[in-house]
Amino acid sequence: MSEGYKIEIVNPERSFLSKEGVSEVVVPAFEGDMGILKDHISIISFLKPGIIRVFEGSNEETYYVEDGIIEFKDNCLSILTSNIFDIKKVDKSIVKNALAKAEQDVEKTDISDQKKYLLDQKIEVLKSISLN
Amino acid sequence: MASLDDLKKRITSVKSTQKITKAMKMVAASKLRRAQESAEKGRPYSDKMNNIILNLSNNISDKDNAPKLLAGSGEDKVHLCVVMTSDRGLCGGFNTNIIKKAKTYFKKNSDNGKTLKIITVGSKGYDQLKRSYKDNIIEKISFKESKYANYFDADKVAKIIIDKFEKKEFDVCTIFYNQFKNVITQVPQEQQIIPLKVSKIDGNSSKDNYEFEPEEDEILSNLLPKNISTQIFKAMLENSASEQGSRMSAMDNATRNAGEMVDKLTIQYNRSRQAAITKELIEIISGAESL
Repeated sequence: MSEGYKIEIVNPERSFLSKEGVSEVVVPAFEGDMGILKDHISIISFLKPGIIRVFEGSNEETYYVEDGIIEFKDNCLSILTSNIFDIKKVDKSIVKNALAKAEQDVEKTDISDQKKYLLDQKIEVLKSISLN
Repeated sequence: MASLDDLKKRITSVKSTQKITKAMKMVAASKLRRAQESAEKGRPYSDKMNNIILNLSNNISDKDNAPKLLAGSGEDKVHLCVVMTSDRGLCGGFNTNIIKKAKTYFKKNSDNGKTLKIITVGSKGYDQLKRSYKDNIIEKISFKESKYANYFDADKVAKIIIDKFEKKEFDVCTIFYNQFKNVITQVPQEQQIIPLKVSKIDGNSSKDNYEFEPEEDEILSNLLPKNISTQIFKAMLENSASEQGSRMSAMDNATRNAGEMVDKLTIQYNRSRQAAITKELIEIISGAESL
């Protein structure tokens, strides 16, 4: 399997990334990380805060997402998200701010369990990013 | 007839107005380019979102238990209208066209005995609607501080709408905005977002077998609120492009009219100057003759 498939990441403001020939993408799906290879069955799922890894041959690109939805169909992976950044290029202060905000939010008592779970995830991921 | 001095003053004043309208036109043109770009860039997102929802709603087996945002509250009594206008004036018929469209809708529905609730986004819409529909307006939102349409503002509006829907304050929600076609034409639109009307792509009814993780219902109930934000964001983008386009052509017209006015006034000025000179000459000649 030499050829890869197409990936498109869009956020409301613009098309964030569009690439042909990726071999594997690992997405932080709601029920656990999920690796998608070529000719995967059509799937719709949504994301929790985490890291998207895009593999293109020996290249690896990593992006942080906060939420979103993915659709895979006919060897085309579309990721819709409202909050995404490239981990290598991002300003450290943005990560810190997001982390601080998440830590503040998680202290609130009036949030649902699901939200709390998502926030915990977010803090964990953001911490791991800021350490690198 | 106005004196020469008055005419001179008028010419200067029209000329300075022309300078202003010309400057506004230039500003609108450059803003239009940016607004148009972001409207185009925003399209893939809303298109994809629409596609996914279409696929999902096709796959839902139990239509009766579908999320309320898709199926509606089962009643059709209270209509919520979100009228999206600009925060600034001097943009030709932009705001008036939306208001006109909205008013026809209001009239049609209140004639049918429906209750109306209105949310205005943008201060100009509120200004125009408060005269006749003051009691119906339940909320006015304005994003004067934000320079460009952004997703967070759209999200705020969507949250208000969803919140009200969950409190069962309305049954049907429609948004009004201008769709950008080109600089000269903007088409006022009404779009129903709750219950969602999924536009069917005809001829392409092949049922794809998707795998869902988690279940369809759960995805849908998560996705639908997002879709409302997306739709509103799309409307905001279209609106801002339309506003700039409309302002640009309005200001272009104004500049041209001012130019015409200056020409006319200048002719008048020259004529009366000439008349005054001729009059003086006649006076001198006839004075000389009488000696």
